[in-house]
Amino acid sequence: MAHYTLRAPFTEAQVRALRVNDSVTLEGTLYGIRDATQIHLFDHGRKTRFDLSGQAVIHTAPNVKKVEKSALHPVGYAPVCVGTTTSDRMERFTRPLMVQYGVRLVIGKGGLRDDSLKALHEMGGAYLAIIGGAAALETTWVEAIEDVDLDDLHPESLWKFRVRGFGLLLVAMDSHGGSLYAQVNSSAQGRRARALESLGVKV
Amino acid sequence: MGARRQGTQDQGRVKVDLQQVEEAAKELYIRALKLLPPDIKQGFDRLAATESEVGAKRMLGAMIKNIKVAEDTANLLCQDTGIPIYNVRIGRGVEVDGFGLKEAIRRGCARSTREYSFRSSIVHPTTRINEQTSTGRGVPIIHIDFSDQNDLLEIQMIPKGSGSENNSWLKMAIPAEGVDAIKTFVVDCVLAAGGKTCPPTIVGVGVGGTADLCVHLAKTAATRALGSRCEDPEGAKLEEALTRAVNMLGVGPQGLGGDSTAFAVQVETAATHITMNPVAVNMQCHSARRARATFRPDGIEYGY
Repeated sequence: MAHYTLRAPFTEAQVRALRVNDSVTLEGTLYGIRDATQIHLFDHGRKTRFDLSGQAVIHTAPNVKKVEKSALHPVGYAPVCVGTTTSDRMERFTRPLMVQYGVRLVIGKGGLRDDSLKALHEMGGAYLAIIGGAAALETTWVEAIEDVDLDDLHPESLWKFRVRGFGLLLVAMDSHGGSLYAQVNSSAQGRRARALESLGVKV
Repeated sequence: MGARRQGTQDQGRVKVDLQQVEEAAKELYIRALKLLPPDIKQGFDRLAATESEVGAKRMLGAMIKNIKVAEDTANLLCQDTGIPIYNVRIGRGVEVDGFGLKEAIRRGCARSTREYSFRSSIVHPTTRINEQTSTGRGVPIIHIDFSDQNDLLEIQMIPKGSGSENNSWLKMAIPAEGVDAIKTFVVDCVLAAGGKTCPPTIVGVGVGGTADLCVHLAKTAATRALGSRCEDPEGAKLEEALTRAVNMLGVGPQGLGGDSTAFAVQVETAATHITMNPVAVNMQCHSARRARATFRPDGIEYGY
């Protein structure tokens, strides 16, 4: 249960060192992606000018405010409330994110499924769980919106955040086939019969 | 709310100022996104005190901290501004242009997004175009009901988060499957939801009615205050037993294991057809947000 402070870009070795139940704090760059962002990238053939190689992405669509461009707000957006959305809907994009763009870390909530776990194993990646629904707290870890691409999809644009002390994040799926979600789901299924019995249901 | 009218025929009737309704509809959305109701805060304290897993306790602690950060920084609790739902209750002595009331709520809802600059989460279902107004065809969702209280006009706003809404289920069970079908279904929905609904959740269960009423009952149950009980004693019995049962599963906060899977299972019932046994589940995430405006002759009182 080691703790790591990481700054992108990450090497494969750095990411393969992560094991489930380890914790991570991120510093520096973090990219925000969402359903529409990935539908347009992978289904509609659009491209981004960002280099995501060795980077971390987070499943988000932030609340932002339009402000005057300045050193702190280089693209004229200030973060208002940045939180994390349910990852499961974006399951089929993990592999192309890694294969086509070289993404190393995916941050989200609620977990991803088997194909993502395989992709993390094959290409060297990890899924880090944040606490969903705790966006006010998460926003305090976001220093600035440094850049934005595909902004016609607003708020599901591709966001480039600068973060400081972003965490605690829990390594919930690692490159060695470990998944806390699979563990918890299997143990919860194992308790199903007992729960139904407590309700007087014959199983 | 406007003054009482003096005419003999309208004696005792209270006329609604639609401009005030629009302002309240705007204010309610912003309040709901920022301030968590006291019953939910107490629910967190209760779970944090009883949780036995270290990791789960830490997560509950962060969720509680988030509520405080949102209050201290006047920020939104969660980035998901949800699907806006307005529940209106009109007393029998209240005079209102119903069509105008719905329009006023719609205008207020759109203004809250534009004026506060929070995220519009609403898109057209096929083009996926976001008008950046939190409104669209049929949204906000407005439910109108009536009360026997004379002077009452009340609007409750619920920004329903999508993580929990995406995990909604309806089963048209049959009479031969009995109450066991209802109980089994609820347990299986909680298992299927895992961490996707942002647990700890309020598991709303609808029992009876038609297909659409059953799902509506589940939503009503999921968005009721914690600690409230189903008025139907049979529903209340199910609430107690199911709350215990789903918290035996160990899904835990965020689906990462622990005792705190649900704050509660809450049930609403309605009569159904002799051939039917419908059950629906709709969950509310731990950011169980709601806000209420009560219109009084001397002004609007805000609560939950």
